[in-house]
Amino acid sequence: MNWKMSRIVRTVTDFLVVPIVIFGIYLILHGHLTPGGGFQGGAVVASATALLIIAYGTLGRHKKDLSTIEAIGLILFISIALLGIGSTMFYNFLAGTGGMFGGTVEGINSGYINTGGTVTLMNLAVGIEVSAALSLILWMMSKETGIMKPEKKTSKTESKEVEN
Amino acid sequence: MTLESILMTLPYITVVVLFSLGLFTVLFKKNLIKIIMGIALMQNGANLFLVSLAYRRGEYAPIFTSAESTDMVMPTAHALTLTSIVIGVATTALLLSFVIMIKRHYGSINTDDVRRCKE
Amino acid sequence: MKKAIAILAFLIIFAFLILGAVEMRPFGEPEQEDMDDYFLGDSQPHNQVNNVVTAVLFDYRGLDTLGEATILFSAVVGVLTVLRETQKKGGEDV
Repeated sequence: MNWKMSRIVRTVTDFLVVPIVIFGIYLILHGHLTPGGGFQGGAVVASATALLIIAYGTLGRHKKDLSTIEAIGLILFISIALLGIGSTMFYNFLAGTGGMFGGTVEGINSGYINTGGTVTLMNLAVGIEVSAALSLILWMMSKETGIMKPEKKTSKTESKEVEN
Repeated sequence: MTLESILMTLPYITVVVLFSLGLFTVLFKKNLIKIIMGIALMQNGANLFLVSLAYRRGEYAPIFTSAESTDMVMPTAHALTLTSIVIGVATTALLLSFVIMIKRHYGSINTDDVRRCKE
Repeated sequence: MKKAIAILAFLIIFAFLILGAVEMRPFGEPEQEDMDDYFLGDSQPHNQVNNVVTAVLFDYRGLDTLGEATILFSAVVGVLTVLRETQKKGGEDV
């Protein structure tokens, strides 16, 4: 079966994937300044994965890596939440201190990237988690419904058939 | 009841129509994919209801690029809607994978066919 | 018979929903807004965040977001479990 789409589709995909991923990262990193945030940016990054799956029909053997990235994102989120446990959980201990993401804003402004404290870091963690999670869901579903090439059954099934 | 008071409740009536379309689909359709579409419609109705509860007339989005903090709509319902949308995506993905498994086991996604017990 | 009962139930629910929608408060005039006004006023002095929705999502109501992230994680685990590679591939011998 022909898993790849035509050369035109593949070339356009190659050109489009990079801007899509960059736009997703922009949405994640500017979550505390403009409309957007971890969830929306993660969904945009996952849409690049959907484009790759449709155009190429395979993404190699990175399923375990995606699971690891997803778990890392969730653990990062919970760790940042627990770091403020001195006063309360989810306490914003970085805001306004002048260090990393510790700038101050007041009134109407067009937004400075170096503000927000832990909100920015949590946006990043949630963005990592959501992009990996949605990519994994797309991966499994396209493999089951036949859009994606099934992973090569190299030695496992052959040895099984020999055993049988 | 004047026309204006009816027009003032038009967003809520839109929510009711959307939710009822979803409920109708869940109740009377036999195809599992269509039932999931109905559940998604009901979710969208609930999201639209939350967002329309948050609106204050003549005020702006709760972001400090263009408005003072006294001229903003209420942000809590927007945050809850964001939560609700992501949970809707997760549950829809889980339901669709259940439908894939049902199709593989029974060979059909009609609710009348998958009702019987299969050994 | 079953269908008639279902249609009746649907019509009753629809009528109640329409009644509730007509009797709602007018669009754009909320009644309880103290908490939201607190969030709007406190977001910049305390959190230094421009986007108040993000501040509510990740600071004031962070436990909601924690539950949401956990639900997404559990849903992915569920999808991976349901669609896992089974021994008997193909479906003819299920």
